[in-house]
Amino acid sequence: MASFIIRRCIQAIIVIFLVTVISFLLLHMIPGDPVIRILGMHASEAQVAQLRHEMGLDLPIYAQYGNWIWNVFHGDLGQSYIYHEDITTLIRERFPITFYLTFLSLTISTIIGIIAGVISAVKRATFIDSFITLFANVGIAVPTFWLGILGIYIFGLQLGWLPVEGWTSPFDDFWQSTRQVIMPVAALAVPNIAIVARQTRSSMLESIHQDYIRTAVSKGLAQRIVFYKHALRNALIPVVTLVGITLIFLIGGEVLTETVFNIPGIGRLLVRAALDNDYLIVQSIVLIIGVIVCFTNLFVDILYGWIDPRIRYR
Amino acid sequence: MAETSVTSELQGMPQPRVSESRRIFKVMFSRWVVIIGAIIILLLIITAMFAPLLTPYEPNKVNLEDSLQQPSSQHLLGTDKVGRDVLTRIIYGSRIAIIVGVVAVTASGAIGMFLGLLAGYFGGWVETIIMRITDALMSLPPLVLMLAIAVMLGGGVPTVLIALIVALMPTYCRLMCGQVLSAKENDYIMASNVIGAGNLRIMFRHLVPNVFPPLLVLITLDLGFAILTEASLSFLGIGISPPTATWGSMVSDGQRYLLTHPILSLSPGLAIVLIVLAFNLVGDGLRDALDPRLRGRI
Repeated sequence: MASFIIRRCIQAIIVIFLVTVISFLLLHMIPGDPVIRILGMHASEAQVAQLRHEMGLDLPIYAQYGNWIWNVFHGDLGQSYIYHEDITTLIRERFPITFYLTFLSLTISTIIGIIAGVISAVKRATFIDSFITLFANVGIAVPTFWLGILGIYIFGLQLGWLPVEGWTSPFDDFWQSTRQVIMPVAALAVPNIAIVARQTRSSMLESIHQDYIRTAVSKGLAQRIVFYKHALRNALIPVVTLVGITLIFLIGGEVLTETVFNIPGIGRLLVRAALDNDYLIVQSIVLIIGVIVCFTNLFVDILYGWIDPRIRYR
Repeated sequence: MAETSVTSELQGMPQPRVSESRRIFKVMFSRWVVIIGAIIILLLIITAMFAPLLTPYEPNKVNLEDSLQQPSSQHLLGTDKVGRDVLTRIIYGSRIAIIVGVVAVTASGAIGMFLGLLAGYFGGWVETIIMRITDALMSLPPLVLMLAIAVMLGGGVPTVLIALIVALMPTYCRLMCGQVLSAKENDYIMASNVIGAGNLRIMFRHLVPNVFPPLLVLITLDLGFAILTEASLSFLGIGISPPTATWGSMVSDGQRYLLTHPILSLSPGLAIVLIVLAFNLVGDGLRDALDPRLRGRI
C-alpha cells in the first residue's frame, strides 16, 4: 500500500506541475502583444514598457515561469488590471460560496444517484427502471444553464415559491440562504444524479451476474441480503472513482449556475473576467481549479486502492 | 461458421450467415429509443442542410416593427427583441451546432486517437509524456478549459473549434492508449512482428481496426457533448459572437424576457436537449450492439 501511495503521489506531482505549465502558457496563447491587449492601442510606449516589465514579460520564458510559480507559492497571484484588486483576495472572498454549492450538490447527487441506480438495477425491466433510465438519459442531455432558467420560470416566476436569484450567507440568514440555494444546487445536481445513477445501475447489474452472487443465492440467503450486502458493496467500488469526474462536471456547471442565478462565486468571477479580458484572473482560476481537481483525484485513487486491493498492483 | 450452418441445416432451419455489420445494425435498431434518436439526428441534418427552404425569414434580419411578438401563425414561436423570427433562428442555429459538433469531434478524435496509439504502442517515455499531459488536461473541466482558451485566442468560430478540440482530445487519447495497451498483448500482433511487419503496418492495419469499436461509441456520445459545451459557451457570451444564431446565445438573450416571453429562452434550450439526447441514445445503442459479450446473438 505504501509503495502504491508513493507512486500515485509522484504521479500527482508531475500532473500538478503540468497543470501549472498549462495555466502559465495560457497567457502566452494570446495572439499579438498581451500588454497592448490589456492597455489598448493608444497606450504610450513608456506605459507599455513599464507594464511589460511589471508583468515580467521582458524576461526569457523559463524565468517568467519561475517568477510566476514562486509568487503563486507565496500566495501572490498578481494584480487584476481591470478591477485593480489583488487576485488572491478576489478569489479568497468567493471561494467559500462556490465550495458550499459544490459540496451540497456533490453530496445530494451522490446519495440520490446511488439510490436511483440501485432501485433501477434491482427492479430491472419494470416501470420504475424505465422511468429512472429515461430520467438519467434526459438528465445528461439537459444544459445546466437551461435547467436553471426553466427552474426560475416555473418555481420563481410562475409559482413564486423560490427567489429567482441572489446569494445570502447561511450564517447571516439560514432560511433565506436555503431558499436561494435550492434551485442552483438542483440545477447542478441533476446531470450528476443522472451520471451516478447510470454508473451504479450498470455496475450493480454487472455485480449481480457474478459467481459469488449465485453462490450466495444458492446457499439460501434472502434476496435482500444478497442484493444489499453482497452485490451493492462491490458495485459501489467503481462509483467511488466517479467522484473525481463528478467534481469536474460540477465545477463546469458552477460557472453556468452562478451566472444564471447571479451568485458571487468563483464561476461568475471567471465569466466576468473572461468577458472583460482580464487574462490574469482567468489564468489564476484555471490554475486553482486544476490543482484542486488533481488533489481530489489523488485522494480518490488512494481511497480506491484502499477499498479494492487489486488496483494497487496495476 | 461451417459447423453452425451444418447444424442449422440438420435442424431444418437454414440460417444465412449474418455479416458483422448487419448484425450490429440489427441489434442497434432493435430498440425503439435508438430509432427515435436516429430519426431526430436525421431531421437535424436535413434542417441544417435545407434551412433557407424551410423558413421564409432571414435569421439575422432586424425588423423592429415585429419586435417581441407572441407566437402566431406567422411566427410559430414568436419573435425576439429586434423582431427576428425565433423558429428561423433555431433552424439556422442547427448549422452551427452540427458544424461545431462534427468538426470538433472529428479533429479531436483523430488527434487524440493518434497520440493514444503512439503512447500505447511505444510505451516508455513516449507514453509517460503523452499520458501525463493528458492527465493534466483532464484535470480541468472541459468548459473552464474551453472558456480560457477561447478568451485567450479572442472569440469566433475557429477559436471555439480549437478550444473544443483541446478540451475533447484527452478522452480519446486515454481510451485509445488503454485499448492499445491491452490489444498489443494479443498473439496476432506478435505474429505480425515475427513475419516482419513494420510499426506503421501493425499500428494501422492490425491495432486500429481491432480497438476502434469503443472509440466509435465515444465519438457518438461526444457529438452531443460538443454541442452541449458549445451551447454553454455561447450562453456565457464567449466564443461565437452575435448576430450569428446559436442556441446557447438565444437562451441567454431570451432570459431577460422570461416573464412575458418565456418561449424565447425555453424553445432553443429544448432544441439542445433533443439533439444531445438523440446522440446519447444512438451512442448507447451502438455500445450495446458492439458489446463483444452479445456477439453471435441477434
